Amino acid sequence: MTDRPTLAGGATLAITGSGGSGAVTAGLILLAAVGRAGYFGLLGRSAGPQIRGGESAAMLRFGLRPIECMGDRFDLLVGLDWENVARFADELPLDRDSLILTDAQAGPIPEILVRSGAQVRSLPWKALADAAAEGRVNMVALGMVGAMLGLPLDALEAGARTTLGGKGGRVLTPSLDCIRSGYSAADAVPVSPSALAPAVARWNISGNEAAGLGAVRGGVRFVAAYPITPASEVLEWLAPRLELLGGSLLQAEDELASINMIIGSSFGGVPSLTATSGPGLSLMVEGLGLAVASETPVVVVNVQRGGPSTGIPTKSEQSDLNIALYGLHGDAPHLVLAALGIRDCIDTVEWAVGLAERLQTVAIVLSDQMLGQSRAIIDPPGDRPFGAGERPRLLRPIAQDADPDHRRYRPAPDGVSPMALPGLPGGMYTAEGLEHGAGGTPSSRAIDHAEQLDKRLHKLTGFDYGPDWAEIRGEGDHLLLTWGSSAGPVFEAAERLRDSGTPTRAIALRLLAPLQRDALLEAIGSAGSILVVEQNQAAQCFAYLHSQRALPEHARSFARPGPLPLRPAEIMRALTDRDGREET
Amino acid sequence: MDVAGITPTLRAKDYKSDVAPVWCPGCGHFSVLSAVTKALAHLKLHKERVAMISGIGCSSRLPAYVDAYGFHGIHGRALPLASGLKAARPDLTVIVAGGDGDGFSIGGNHFLHACRRNMDLTYIVMDNEVYGMTKGQASPTTQPDWAKSKLTPHGTGMRPFLPTAIALAAGASFIARGFAGDPNGLTKLLVEAIEHPGFAFLQVLSPCQTFRPEQKEWKHLVHPVETAPTDDPVDAARFIQADDGMALGLFYVRRLPVWQPQNQPTATPADLEREFAL
Repeated sequence: MTDRPTLAGGATLAITGSGGSGAVTAGLILLAAVGRAGYFGLLGRSAGPQIRGGESAAMLRFGLRPIECMGDRFDLLVGLDWENVARFADELPLDRDSLILTDAQAGPIPEILVRSGAQVRSLPWKALADAAAEGRVNMVALGMVGAMLGLPLDALEAGARTTLGGKGGRVLTPSLDCIRSGYSAADAVPVSPSALAPAVARWNISGNEAAGLGAVRGGVRFVAAYPITPASEVLEWLAPRLELLGGSLLQAEDELASINMIIGSSFGGVPSLTATSGPGLSLMVEGLGLAVASETPVVVVNVQRGGPSTGIPTKSEQSDLNIALYGLHGDAPHLVLAALGIRDCIDTVEWAVGLAERLQTVAIVLSDQMLGQSRAIIDPPGDRPFGAGERPRLLRPIAQDADPDHRRYRPAPDGVSPMALPGLPGGMYTAEGLEHGAGGTPSSRAIDHAEQLDKRLHKLTGFDYGPDWAEIRGEGDHLLLTWGSSAGPVFEAAERLRDSGTPTRAIALRLLAPLQRDALLEAIGSAGSILVVEQNQAAQCFAYLHSQRALPEHARSFARPGPLPLRPAEIMRALTDRDGREET
Repeated sequence: MDVAGITPTLRAKDYKSDVAPVWCPGCGHFSVLSAVTKALAHLKLHKERVAMISGIGCSSRLPAYVDAYGFHGIHGRALPLASGLKAARPDLTVIVAGGDGDGFSIGGNHFLHACRRNMDLTYIVMDNEVYGMTKGQASPTTQPDWAKSKLTPHGTGMRPFLPTAIALAAGASFIARGFAGDPNGLTKLLVEAIEHPGFAFLQVLSPCQTFRPEQKEWKHLVHPVETAPTDDPVDAARFIQADDGMALGLFYVRRLPVWQPQNQPTATPADLEREFAL
């Protein structure tokens, strides 16, 4: 290792161990501690499918600016034990400058890690843990690593209190003892001064919690859902909190039920949402068509995982774009959005709820395992999505009193007809999944079909979505174009390319449907080289953009499947090394 | 329920919409529609506080024929649609209507869980032992030797689904059977079902003149339940297992906890956000 990694210098580390070893807990405490000390941080987690006893890892990266993706490599690998580590060694890129910290008593380091050339240091974690009452190796190691990173001890203790506080003194007290013991046994390193304290307290939040928060900020008060990895934390966060807000969460018998339940509650006037992952979204698709046809607002947060079928439930992939765009039968226009980061989950879900309500339609928000199950230290969000200040909230147009012509599906100039809610005298109508006339009566006439199809399409295509359809950073003749969670590594790749003399612009699409084609073409401009980056095999976004005539012919694709996260360096290589990869 | 004297009393026909039913002449569903409007009138329910929810099938067309709020959803999903509405809007009277295929085949799982969730819903299944809208295929309640469908030319070869037995096993708190040919008895059962606090399951024998003309004989086969309704599931199970499928009346009614969220807000989203601050 050339230089000791520092928090300010962007230290990266992974903590690994078998399930139950507390690798992830140690990582969570470290993240909270680093946040306390005034730095930003990101924690990703990797777990196998086992309920207990599998492999687990916490991967962390720190810095003075918000951290939007994992780096290319790890400075430190903290190996609590080596059981099953080989199963995800490919997620832990090490090199000669890396340092493996372990305790020789944990056994030999797997060959696959030794081959990286990383240096190794054995530390007496087990001996120190055994010396304490109910000592835990992970907490000793945490104390030692915290000291090596220059963290103040009080930040580590505060992080432990925040993370373990709910478990009571029987867990917290021995953990604190072990952290102190490891801290004092570490090499004497000057403690880093805490970074400049922010004016407003930063947040420690996961992407799934952020999606839940975005939902309630957007006004969602009813959720029906079925448990599924990796979306369950959205629901676990929402269930008790919806009760506090006067709403509720219903655990449904399956996803067919959950989507229809939220259509029912939304029909009743309550903004409603469900969260799921690929297999659940597949089951919901018929229901989504009903919501489109009946013009009932609903939001689906789809936390993507490796597919198809059961696929890789615990790992990330951006391969549900096609089903989100095209899964519905018939001509069924709806909204598809993608969160660009953990903090962006708050704003994008809130925006999606507002858009679905305002336009009386379906919004599918694509998150993924990497966003959902990672945690970050973030600046708190603004009062409105994307820092839009006091922009008015997007609300559902509702019929207020008996309009003599209150026909539910009457074509309106903007395509959105006020919706009567049950309880309004004189507003009675039957919401329909059958094609219908303006009053809602079923109709198979060509004129009614054309009129209602146009109404449902134009209310979406005619709406002014403002500037938030994408996030655009930097200027340059080179262009990296992406969507969803790949924005993190793409933004970093573009910045590093600019810093190294290759002017590169990055565009990350947040609103995928309806595609803001004219704005996108304007943003692409005359870029000389264009690379569309996404984490799936079939280049789904690349193909979609081409089908919409939204890409110049010379645009190239860099698409590869999960579960390995996209890393900035491979994106940089793909942009600059034209021959390095087969082109789509 | 209305406060007496505030609204003019509505008659059954006032609850009928001006949409003409698609049903065949002589269909049993006409008299179910009539019984629904009579029950609503009897209970003096405000039209705008009633929601009629359905899936797909001949009988699922019923909501559009009632002058109330309605939702004609997708095949098999009427119960989840209604459950979501009731969870969000406990102030509404929510009535679910559908057929045997919609409720017991494609929607079978929802039937089980709606029974055990015991929300305050009324579920009317117009059972004619056939898929009418798709032109006469066997349904879950069709007898195994009915061979009139090209899809099952040798009959289904399966014993029929027993709706009342399944409802009891799944935990329904009100189980009754009516007959389209007995409009007064059906109206009375509907009133009781709507008034029952919990999930009320009402199977209605509703003959299909087009695909099951032999069901005209049902009027000679039905007979009233001879015992009073029980609240004992063991007695109810014994009765249902011995039943010939033609007994009419209320079999079983029991007060069970009703699933209904009724939370009052005690926090705002801004309050919740504090948990994230370092």
